[in-house]
Amino acid sequence: MSWLERIRKGPGTQKKQRSSNVPEGLWKKCAKCSAPLYRPELEKNLDVCPKCDHHLRIGARRRLDIFLDKEGRSELATEVLPVDRLKFKDTKKYKDRLAEAQKATGEKDALIAMQGTLKGMPVVASAFEFAFNGGSMGYAVGERFTRAAATALEQRIPYICFPATGGARMQEALISLMQMAKTSAILERMKREGVPYISVFTDPVYGGVTASLAMLGDIHIAEPGARAGFAGPNVIEQTIRQKLPEGFQRSEFLLKHGAVDMIVSRHDLRDTVARLLSSITSTPLAEAITETPAVAEAESQTEIEDQPLPLGEDEQTPS
Amino acid sequence: MNLNYLDFEQPIAELEAKIEELQLVGNDNALNITEEVNKLKEKSRKLTETIYSNLSPWQVVQVARHPQRPYAMDYIERIFDEFDELHGDRRFGDDKAIVGGIGRLDGRPVMVIGEEKGRGVNEKIYRNFGMPKPEGYRKALRLMEMAERFKMPILTLIDTPGAYPGIDSEERGISEAIATNMAVMSRLRTPIICTVIGEGSSGGAIAIGVGDKLNMLQYSTYFVISPEGCANIIWKTSEKAPLAAEAMGVTSSILQELGIVDSTIAEPMGGAHRDIDQMAKNLKKELVQQLDNLQSIDLDTLVQNRFDRLMSYGNS
Repeated sequence: MSWLERIRKGPGTQKKQRSSNVPEGLWKKCAKCSAPLYRPELEKNLDVCPKCDHHLRIGARRRLDIFLDKEGRSELATEVLPVDRLKFKDTKKYKDRLAEAQKATGEKDALIAMQGTLKGMPVVASAFEFAFNGGSMGYAVGERFTRAAATALEQRIPYICFPATGGARMQEALISLMQMAKTSAILERMKREGVPYISVFTDPVYGGVTASLAMLGDIHIAEPGARAGFAGPNVIEQTIRQKLPEGFQRSEFLLKHGAVDMIVSRHDLRDTVARLLSSITSTPLAEAITETPAVAEAESQTEIEDQPLPLGEDEQTPS
Repeated sequence: MNLNYLDFEQPIAELEAKIEELQLVGNDNALNITEEVNKLKEKSRKLTETIYSNLSPWQVVQVARHPQRPYAMDYIERIFDEFDELHGDRRFGDDKAIVGGIGRLDGRPVMVIGEEKGRGVNEKIYRNFGMPKPEGYRKALRLMEMAERFKMPILTLIDTPGAYPGIDSEERGISEAIATNMAVMSRLRTPIICTVIGEGSSGGAIAIGVGDKLNMLQYSTYFVISPEGCANIIWKTSEKAPLAAEAMGVTSSILQELGIVDSTIAEPMGGAHRDIDQMAKNLKKELVQQLDNLQSIDLDTLVQNRFDRLMSYGNS
């Protein structure tokens, strides 16, 4: 389009021409292989790209939805809400940031915990909502995690957590740091009491969460290609002043270096976890329930999929 | 500019220089300048008092990182009657960023663990600037578990810019090392007193920071992310670090208000580095007193109290 045409047609025409006729959100591009993916198909495939097996990021509620049996779920610790103890303010008030995140995600904070069953076996499960402030851990996340663990401990049933986080939440400063100690302490109690805890690494897991609740499982499982570490790649590159090797901090790296027990596809997660827990707890599985429950509703995740990793939420280059 | 003084201390530095000059003159002069010197000394003292009674959070961070600030070894030398350093994690190596060993505090045997930044270029490199790797935390863990077996209280001295962010750290499981230390410290059946003596940076600090008492020296700092790191994320420049320090509440007074820190240990006028012996005395006195109290509590109660305290973090 020449400058003359542009003037003639008025501003904004260029943009309009580029938009497609496909209804918003029906198609999605795979972040890894760029294949166009038809959303209903993608959802049926548990948000795993059928072309390249890339595991797309999914929200906390959907995560629990595809993991737990359909019946008999109840959400735990919903009474725990975020608190702005420091009246933290940067370019925005933390209070306002919280309100925005709550509006955008429909969640009160970045962790959802549920009690339910896995192939008939009573379990407690929790998942991080990465879209909520980068899945960062402040008081509410730490407290909800801890209450969920306490429920599992009290009923002596397994606890499974799916971290997806940039680390500790800096707007709650030291209170966030103390959540690392808190969650580690309750997990140590579970360990001493012989109540199983499984940590499933889903992309990404960083900072203070890796260095606490994510790394204290009896069994560590990682989804294919998930990134996990203490310091983010940027911070490490700045410190050592060299490029990081390909695949650094990905699941395959974690397996090689002994940080996780196995890499399991999202499709096999229910089966694998159920099998492991059945052996650990000597509980026979209810054979009838073997299918992955069908997914109820679509959930928009596009906006976070392309976001870069919120690196260094709590670990920066020391100066 | 005098490098022994921070930028906000330069007026003090100028006065001190004047005093020194006068004293030099006085030495080879018959004139009586004692009165003048005393006047200036009093002025300098008052100025220091004024400046230090009004430090901003960012200025506290600067004092906490002062190149002359006493480090773990400075305190270990002065506080304990004897000290035998123990080395290595028995798995990979010996991390010089963490010093550990058995000492005697007023006669009673204790396990001492301290993060050590090192003074001077060579020692800083030797100590990796006080940034521990997994083997450092695992050495600490080994020594703390030993302390439990032999009924020795544990005293930790926290002072680190952070756990080392490097490829080797990640490969050997820095996250697991930090997490395991916190988990085990939460249940060890022996009193644990943790003291932030300089810079308590995030996971690298709390990895030896779970215990029955948490102290901070008056001008030490404790944060979940360095003010520079926080500023980088929010304002995209580390120059806004003073604002970040303000927002995060990185000083002992605020952390004591939040119920996270138990006690603030007073520093000599102008900071610990102005009088290391006095600082060591203040710290020792507090440690002895707290240990007396903790050792009078039976172990079941002690450990349960510690656990309950951990569970309460963040509750209003």
